[in-house]
Amino acid sequence: MIRIENVSFKHRTTPILTDITLTIPKGGVVALIGPNGAGKSTLLSLVARLHPLQTGAIEIDGLPVNTTPGRELAKVIAILRQDTTVASRLKVRELVGFGRFPHGRGRLTEADHAIIEAAIAQFDLADLADRFIETLSGGQRQRALVAMVFAQGTDYLLLDEPLNNLDMYYARELMRSLRKVADEKGKTIVIVLHDINQASAHADRIIAMKAGRIVADGAPAAILTPDRLETVFGFPMRVETIEGKPFVLHQL
Amino acid sequence: MTAAAAKQRPRTGTIAGLGLAVLFVLSLAVGVSPLPLNRVLSDPEALQLLVVSRLPRTLAAVLCGAGLAIAGLIMQTLSRNRFVEPATAGTAQSAELGILLVTLLFPAAALWEKTLVASGAALVGTSVFLATAHRLPPAQPYLVPLFGIVYGGVIGAAVTFAAWQADLLQFLSVWTNGDFSGVLRGRYELLWISALMVAVAWFVADRLTIMALGREASIGLGIDYARMMQIGLVIVSVITALAVTVVGMIPFVGLAVPNIVSRLMGDNVRGTLGWVAAGGAGLVLACDIAGRLIRYPYEIPVGTVMGVVGGAVFLWLIFRGRAHG
Repeated sequence: MIRIENVSFKHRTTPILTDITLTIPKGGVVALIGPNGAGKSTLLSLVARLHPLQTGAIEIDGLPVNTTPGRELAKVIAILRQDTTVASRLKVRELVGFGRFPHGRGRLTEADHAIIEAAIAQFDLADLADRFIETLSGGQRQRALVAMVFAQGTDYLLLDEPLNNLDMYYARELMRSLRKVADEKGKTIVIVLHDINQASAHADRIIAMKAGRIVADGAPAAILTPDRLETVFGFPMRVETIEGKPFVLHQL
Repeated sequence: MTAAAAKQRPRTGTIAGLGLAVLFVLSLAVGVSPLPLNRVLSDPEALQLLVVSRLPRTLAAVLCGAGLAIAGLIMQTLSRNRFVEPATAGTAQSAELGILLVTLLFPAAALWEKTLVASGAALVGTSVFLATAHRLPPAQPYLVPLFGIVYGGVIGAAVTFAAWQADLLQFLSVWTNGDFSGVLRGRYELLWISALMVAVAWFVADRLTIMALGREASIGLGIDYARMMQIGLVIVSVITALAVTVVGMIPFVGLAVPNIVSRLMGDNVRGTLGWVAAGGAGLVLACDIAGRLIRYPYEIPVGTVMGVVGGAVFLWLIFRGRAHG
């Protein structure tokens, strides 16, 4: 369980997050939505202890993120940041392998190799495994980064706009993979999405943020209504129900 | 790794090892007074020359070259920029400032004491460089080396001015331009600390590779980013300060060797560290041997030879990189 209590965050004097209190139980896919600058990425960064906590408290399975040693947390929670650039000349297999670093501090066991190969296969990277990351397309690179985060094998996964650069096929595949590990392995996935319909199709719960606050929180059917969407994004959208799921036609 | 590549690797390793061994033996044999290696055991004078001068000189070149190449690799890792090295980004200049000050204030200080002060000064100077480099916009990678050159130039100018005021300009070139001709037994042994630093780098090799992915990726994988930064800074500063105080700074090793190795085999430090160290040792040895031969029986300092060779190698790297897109 991730527990966030009274968390506020300021960049110099500009408030980014204001008084966020949130509980995310173990297991399932939670989508974070909201306009640019709502504070979604900052919230994920704070949970993953990438920024120091200013006020409030965050715990993951009872471990306070600001005092637990980094190497302990790295076995519990993994994060994929938005726009991660890999400037190093690493091969895909090497990069994915570094996902296992928290477990063996660099020594890879047979079990580690099996996990690495499974992640490579899962994201369709077998043909690219011996290529340098810099030679890949944006979408292929993104898949390699997601595979690395998967290989870390943590119970909690935080993904900041992982669908960036992915074509429709791989975006759908990634969402289905997330759904699968949530259902079969009880993993907890918190994912920032701009494609609301992916959230509707695959998430159990949607949390909408705006201007540093949580403005809506609930099942997709409860959140994806024209009124709610207008309060979050500032314009009315048509919502249709297909196979019992709400789909937003924001392009119209 | 495919089976073919796995077979290839040890063979290139053997060739590289043989090449280094040949350079090592050449360096023992080449010099003003001829040293016939086959008579070393029977001729006490030849043995004396070998043990007192040639072997220390050769070992100093190996230790310095390997160390400076690793220092360059680590500096590039910590700044996430391929175009910086201790000789251009303020580390060497800070070390020179340190040794100049200690020479002025405590002229009687021992070599190891001077090295210690130079290391401390290099540590401060490099920390300031990295702290600033991390604030520069990452979208403009040339700003970091550019800033480094200006920063190193400012410190270097201060050093020159202070040396001029104190009438120590002649001393200065001893520190700023590497030269192995003065290396004798008893005067180079501090350089073994460089080997120790390379060993430390080997121990944290995986962490260095992850550090190159950036602060956030490092923290995400459970690395103590601040502490690793300190370890890296200490390695870079100590190796550079040792080179400056014992033989004088040698430019370009830290830039050319890690870049070439990265081109050929990538940036997984665990796999490339040995190559970078061997490449640095080989390059400095080769330049020192060339410096002894070009104007035989006179010598050209290794720093001068390296300036020319390193500059050419670096230009080749840039143009080759462009040709490959």
